[in-house]
Formats: sequence, structure tokens, C-alpha cells
Amino acid sequence: MDQCSKEKIRYLEKMAHQIREVLIEMFRGAGRGHIGGSLSAVEVIVALYFHIMRVNPKNPKWPDRDRFVLSKGHASATWYAVLAEKGFFPKDLLFTQYIKINGLLQEHSEMQKIPGIEMSSGALGQGLSAALGMALAARLANKDYRVYVMMGDGEMQSGQVWEAAMACSHYKANNLTAILDYNKLQVSDFVSKVMNVEPVVKKFEAFGWNTLEIDGHNMAQVVQALQKAKDNSSYSPTIIISHTIKGKGVPFMEGNVEWHSHSFSGEDYQRAKQTLTGP
Amino acid sequence: MENLKMIDLRNAYGEALVKLGKEDKRVVVLDADVAHPTCTHFFAQHFPERFFEMGVAEQNMMGVAAGFATCGFIPFPTTFGVFAYKRAHDQVSISIAYTNLNVKVVGSYSGLTSPNTGATHQAIDDIASMRAMPNMRVVVPADAVEIEKAVFAITQEPGPIYLRIARCKAPVIFNDNYEFKLGEAVVLREGSDVALVGTGIMTPRCLKAAELLQEDKIEATVLHVPTVKPIDISKLTEVAEKTRAVVTAENHSIIGGLGSAVSEVLGETRPCPMQRVGIRDTFGESAENMEDLFEKYGLTSEEIVKAAKSVLKRKGSG
Repeated sequence: MDQCSKEKIRYLEKMAHQIREVLIEMFRGAGRGHIGGSLSAVEVIVALYFHIMRVNPKNPKWPDRDRFVLSKGHASATWYAVLAEKGFFPKDLLFTQYIKINGLLQEHSEMQKIPGIEMSSGALGQGLSAALGMALAARLANKDYRVYVMMGDGEMQSGQVWEAAMACSHYKANNLTAILDYNKLQVSDFVSKVMNVEPVVKKFEAFGWNTLEIDGHNMAQVVQALQKAKDNSSYSPTIIISHTIKGKGVPFMEGNVEWHSHSFSGEDYQRAKQTLTGP
Repeated sequence: MENLKMIDLRNAYGEALVKLGKEDKRVVVLDADVAHPTCTHFFAQHFPERFFEMGVAEQNMMGVAAGFATCGFIPFPTTFGVFAYKRAHDQVSISIAYTNLNVKVVGSYSGLTSPNTGATHQAIDDIASMRAMPNMRVVVPADAVEIEKAVFAITQEPGPIYLRIARCKAPVIFNDNYEFKLGEAVVLREGSDVALVGTGIMTPRCLKAAELLQEDKIEATVLHVPTVKPIDISKLTEVAEKTRAVVTAENHSIIGGLGSAVSEVLGETRPCPMQRVGIRDTFGESAENMEDLFEKYGLTSEEIVKAAKSVLKRKGSG
């Protein structure tokens, strides 16, 4: 098992903070965004691209690359920011193309438009199925790449997720790691009030998955869980239930349902920039 | 027409997949617990490692197919048409069409060709639904020969395609030299009075209707349209120009299918009197056999003849 040094953890934490700074600039450029759920997803996506996954930004279609699918497509801003930071495309596109007409960066990512996007997203509940197709394709092609998929908690209410969860287990997709970005809020209210998804860990266990539970903003825990899932020696797929805070890093957004999808005024920008907490 | 050989179309699809699988290792087949009825079990027997049973979970099946396609495989997710375009419409639209992925969605049991099962299993508006989807192409073969040719041809064509298969035997109207080309319609018979435009298993019925019309000294062109999208605008315009009277025939609702597609084209290129033969905006039902249903819902050669005569009455100065 790879050990992740304290220095590397510190580096990843700083990177996560930097991504949040970039996100605030992106939302300023767009004047809006799915801000809360983008901020909650940062640590996991940073850890994947800067520590866990085997990718080559110079060769984004490299057949042996690890795949990442963002099923909760409304967090695409975070994916874009990380891809740009990693070198998949120039960073200035983040500020000129995001949610702009004729732009390459759709609010919900579109795979044909920009390198590094493995699957289009936006219609919730569909990502796990696509990830399973990639995982089965790896096995069929005799390749050792891994597939990662991040889902949202609201998605857990959607039937297709459980069709896919059943199939991942049936096909022993141990080369697949799912991450549930469990920020407890969806569009209209708390997940537990809208349609309770609990007990979500037991649900996945009942579907035949390995489960891990972490604080999704604690980088050491994030890295450790992703590594553990990667070293999976069982026949089961693994899901990391990542407990997070919607709007993480910007105090007036944290845990506030209003910031799921919101306009972002100059005033909001100043306030977010001034109050952004970091490592 | 009477002495043409009859071949089961589901079998033809199943056998075509096996031939294709031998030649092209990128082909994978997924099915949703209907591998026997759709005949994908032939493929499963030959290539078990490339066949994926997905259970009664069509939405997941379409997504998994999309995932395979991103990795260079050519998936054929196959189920009854109804479940492909209704149950999994969002997944076909977003995971397959929007992404423009190389997935061949196959809908069997099309139109009223599944007589016993009733309305829940009869795909009567799948062409309408698939045709409206950006990036999606729609192929409706007429016989066993064309099914095999189409299966191979669509595999060579990148991007999403919906292939519509009927659950019945159909007369073999093409010989082995026939070449299926995506987007091309085929003139099967020339006549200057009226054009009978058919797709799928209604094309042989158009040919039969043409024979019946000839007995009344009416000469009909028969145009077979195996690709409903992209539709062959130039051939359609050409036959409309020549005959100035058009009848369409499809094993599908008259709303949104071939009849609509032809109307859309001719409305813009060469308007002329038209009539659509098809299911008249109603669900189907159970019956002992298919022909009874086809008669009740007006999908017969006689119905095409009636429509042709009615169109001819309106053919005047137009």
C-alpha cells in the first residue's frame, strides 16, 4: 500500500483550498452556479486527481487511464477546476467559458466539449451505470485501470442508482469505487426531510458492497479511504460514504440550502473571498 | 409476393449478431431478461464473455452500454422496444444520444407484432420518440436479409442508432446482393400514379398493395425507407414529383413515425396529396394472432389500396 506522507497531505489540503479560491472566481465569472454541492466535493476530487488516479493530461484518452465519472453533475465546476489545475486544458477557460453561450464548460459537464470529462452528466442517477460499463470494459479488455464515480445524496432517491448498485455487486466490480458526497442537503431541503435515504450504509451493505465512512473534508481520511478502496482484494465494489458540508469553506453558505444553485453577485463574491476558510 | 420465403425476424437479428460478433471483437450485447425472446441468447451462447445479462433494469442497461462505448466497445443493448424507448428514455437520451456515444439500441417486438401480450409490450410510438432525439438515427429493416445487412452497416457507423426489430416472420424481399446504406431509401417498384412509401414489415405489404392496384390499372411506385432518420429527402422528393400522390405505411402510430417524417419532408419540398396508413392514435391489445390485430388496426395491403385510391381522388391540380 502506498503511504501518503504528511507533506503530501498538506499539499493536497493546500490544493483543495486553491480549488475553492478558483471556484469563487468561476462563479463570479458566471454570475451563478451550483455552489454548495461544488464546494462539498472538493477534497475527494482533489485527492483523486492529485494522488490516487492514474491519468495523463497530455494524453487524456490514454486507454489505460483511470476513469472518473461525476454523477452529481451539478458539481462540474469543481471537476473543471481540478482538470484545469492538473493541465487538461488552459485555466483561463474556467473564467471565460463556464456557463457562457458557445462555451466549452457547460454548467453540467459535457464530454464531447472538453478533454478529461469521461461522461456527460446532469440527469441525476445515471453515473453509476456508466461507471459500471467502464469497469466491465476494463475487465473485458484485460486492463487494470480503475473507475471512480462520485454521487450525490439526492441521487440516492433515484431508482436507477439501485439498479446499478445491484448490478455492480452482481458483476463483482471490485475495480470500481463509488463516493457518496453526503452533504445532507438537496435542492429544496434536508435530504432527510425530502425523502430520507437512511440507513444508506446498510443499504449498500445489503446490496453487497464494501462500505467506508469518512469525514470528507479531512484529507488524511479521504486519501486513506480512497487508497483502501483501490487496494480492494475482495470481489465487491466499494463505496465511500463521505460526510461533507454543503458550501464547505464559505461560512455563510455552509449548511445553507439556498446555496444549492444560486446567483452570485459582486457582493457575494467579496464576502465569499473575504471569509473563505483554509487549511 | 405469395411465393416469397418467410423468415423469422428475431432469429435473423440473433444470427446476424453472432456473425457480427465473430468478425468484430468490439461488439458486446446486453439484454434485460428477454434474451430468448429477442434471440440475443444466440450471441450469449457463442460469446458468453461479451454478453451481459442486466436483469429487468433497462435504465441501468442503457447507462452500462454507454460506459462500454466510452472504452471503445460497440454495445447492442437489446430489449423489447417499449422498454427501450419508454422505461429508459431519459438514459437513452442523456447517456447515449447527448453523449453521441457509439451505442446501437435495439428494440424488438415492434408495433403490433407481439399479439398475445397486449398494449404494454407493443412499441407503437418508438420511432416518434427516437426520431425526435438529437444525434439518434432510426433504422427499420423489412426482412431477414436487410436485418443482417443493417446490423453490419450500423456497426461501421459511429454514434447512436436505434434498430427496430419486429416479432414475426416476414417475406424475404431482398437478395444477397442488396446493399443497405444508412440514410438511403430504395425504389422497389416503379409506377407513375401513386407512391407507396413503407418501412419495416409494411414494405412487403406495400408491394402486395401495388399488385392489387395494378389489377385496377393503377401503377404504383413502392419506396422502401429502412432509415427513418436521417430520411432520404431526395428519393422522397423524387417519387412525390413523379407520382404527385403519396401513401405511407408503417407498423407504428401515424403520429411521429414514417408518415410524419414523410409529411415533414414533402411539406417543404414537394407538397402533394398524402395519406398515412398506421395505428390511428390508439393503444393496441391482446389477440391470438398478429394478422387479426393488423386487420383491426388497419395495417393491411387492403388498407394501403384504399388509402391509395383515396389519395388519387385528391390528386388534381396540386
